[in-house]
Amino acid sequence: MSVQVWTYLIVGITFALYIGIAIWSRAGSTKDFYVAGGGVSPLANGMATAADWMSAASFISMAGIISFTGYDGSVYLMGWTGGYVLLALLLAPYLRKFGKFTVPDFIGDRYYSDTARIVAVICALLVSFTYVAGQMRGVGVVFSRFLEVDINTGVIIGMIIVLFYAVLGGMKGITYTQVAQYCVLIFAFMVPAIFISIQMTGNPIPQLGMSSTLNDGSDVYLLEKLNGLSTELGFNEYTSGAKNKVDIFAITLALMAGTSGLPHVIVRFFTVKKVKDARKSAGLALLLIAILYTTAPAVAVFARVNLIETVSDKPYISMPEWFKNWEKTGLLTFEDKNQDGNIQYVADAQINELKVDRDIMVLANPEIANLPAWVIALVAAGSLAAALSTAAGLLLVISASVSHDLIKKIFLPTISEKRELIAARLSAVVAVCVAGYFGINPPGFVAAVVALAFGLAAASFFPTIVLGIFYKRMNKEGAISGMIVGISLMLFYMAKFKLGWLGETPPSSQWWFGISPEGFGTVAMIINFIVSLLVCQFTAAPPLEVQEMVLNIRIPKGSPEIISNH
Amino acid sequence: MKQNYSQKAYWNTNLKYLAILLSVWFLCSYGFGILLVDQLNQINLGGFPLGFWFAQQGSIYIFVVLIFVYVRLMNNLDKKYGFDD
Repeated sequence: MSVQVWTYLIVGITFALYIGIAIWSRAGSTKDFYVAGGGVSPLANGMATAADWMSAASFISMAGIISFTGYDGSVYLMGWTGGYVLLALLLAPYLRKFGKFTVPDFIGDRYYSDTARIVAVICALLVSFTYVAGQMRGVGVVFSRFLEVDINTGVIIGMIIVLFYAVLGGMKGITYTQVAQYCVLIFAFMVPAIFISIQMTGNPIPQLGMSSTLNDGSDVYLLEKLNGLSTELGFNEYTSGAKNKVDIFAITLALMAGTSGLPHVIVRFFTVKKVKDARKSAGLALLLIAILYTTAPAVAVFARVNLIETVSDKPYISMPEWFKNWEKTGLLTFEDKNQDGNIQYVADAQINELKVDRDIMVLANPEIANLPAWVIALVAAGSLAAALSTAAGLLLVISASVSHDLIKKIFLPTISEKRELIAARLSAVVAVCVAGYFGINPPGFVAAVVALAFGLAAASFFPTIVLGIFYKRMNKEGAISGMIVGISLMLFYMAKFKLGWLGETPPSSQWWFGISPEGFGTVAMIINFIVSLLVCQFTAAPPLEVQEMVLNIRIPKGSPEIISNH
Repeated sequence: MKQNYSQKAYWNTNLKYLAILLSVWFLCSYGFGILLVDQLNQINLGGFPLGFWFAQQGSIYIFVVLIFVYVRLMNNLDKKYGFDD
């Protein structure tokens, strides 16, 4: 069977599975819709969190980025896993004890203010929309390459699938489809990695294969060989970095704090029964995520070595079929500058003749390594699972923000549960359509902004929630001004140094403290902390019942059933 | 609800655990994986330069262990003070 038939088959089966699960787990109440009824087991929640968290960026792009940047790519590995330590230790247990539906719920109640609630809703929408547009685009790219349909058709198919199970099942449907999607995506990521690891090093465990000697009898360590190849072609040594340390530090911290402040990750911990379960499921989630995250750097090394050995100084006409296939997508381009018919792939841009988009490293990897057709099809199904599961989680945050935080809590407090559920479903439909629109007509800045969503979350939610739990005296004046200053500063820095909205984008030499826009979330977060604490000292302490609430969420006993009418 | 003695003691122990675990968290990622990476890269662990290993493998394993240690410590603490349910 050809790759395409396999792809239709495997993608078709997984889609049928997701739809089946959605029908089986329909939501009957707002509690089902927002927090899956509140009785999800720690393991199921861990799997769902892992799928929710691992997006198209983790599945498709991350290994590719590491492949081309070597040590500098570590910021993503540490940043996107270390955040779970912060989440498990500083946020998840207390937010579960608090026991409401959404992040703005916590901020609105803890800071006894609808202004705080609205600021939080705006931050949540800003973070989630920028993030979801990137996911829909990822779905489109996979469809266009593997099923040879138009990117736009791909986006629309993706929209319909997500619409179906997010609108019907809400959080309950999403949770159980995410469990299935985790299984699909981890299997799809591991199978080619294991195959290639055996091929190159003889070791079936990619994490160990990465540090083994090559299989070709030369007795050279794989990483040593890659360092040699890289320097020979004028690139940096793979295991050493090129970026400055301050920036690496800042990016890692921004990604960690951002991860633990992302609303679609936090709400997952509202779905378990007890505080104890929230802690445990954070641990399980990270364990399940770590399987992919420790394999990705191995995949990066294998793919890089394979790529260099396949193309470097080889005649263009002898290139294998995958090379031609990817050339058609425009993600791989060859320009014979010196007209010798060979491919010169080197660091020097003047001489270099090959441009490789980093996103194709994972997708093309099985083809480069000559793996069977079903493995290639599996990778397509895995990347779709990764993109769809994250998109669904984000859409739920968006719909809950609108129907619960805005309509129920602010504009129409008397709305009945039945109507709130209808409102929730309608806002999910609108959110899917908006996300689909951005997927089809991506504004030029989407790709740039997705990476910065973490900076926004770090600059707004992380300090406000942590202070809300660990500092009893923190009041609404402090929290609101901290959030507003933090997120505005982050937006300003993005607009100036990344998006070029405020005149020409200044060169990197003008970055504040040498910190890139990706790492600036760290600075904005620190400023948020400072502003909050300063303002708080000069304004009145929070009311006694709020202080008592803070003491109460610190004690796990008696965590409330999540209640819908409060 | 005033914070009584056992609640205060429980919270202080929790804060102590957090301080210890987060120091390890900081040391193995920001310390070994970033600030000291060049020095540690002089040492080899199998085919890995040690600093590079911390940045791309070791820190992640340690993060997982840290959370499970925390789960364990807190479950015991909850029991000790009768705050588990």
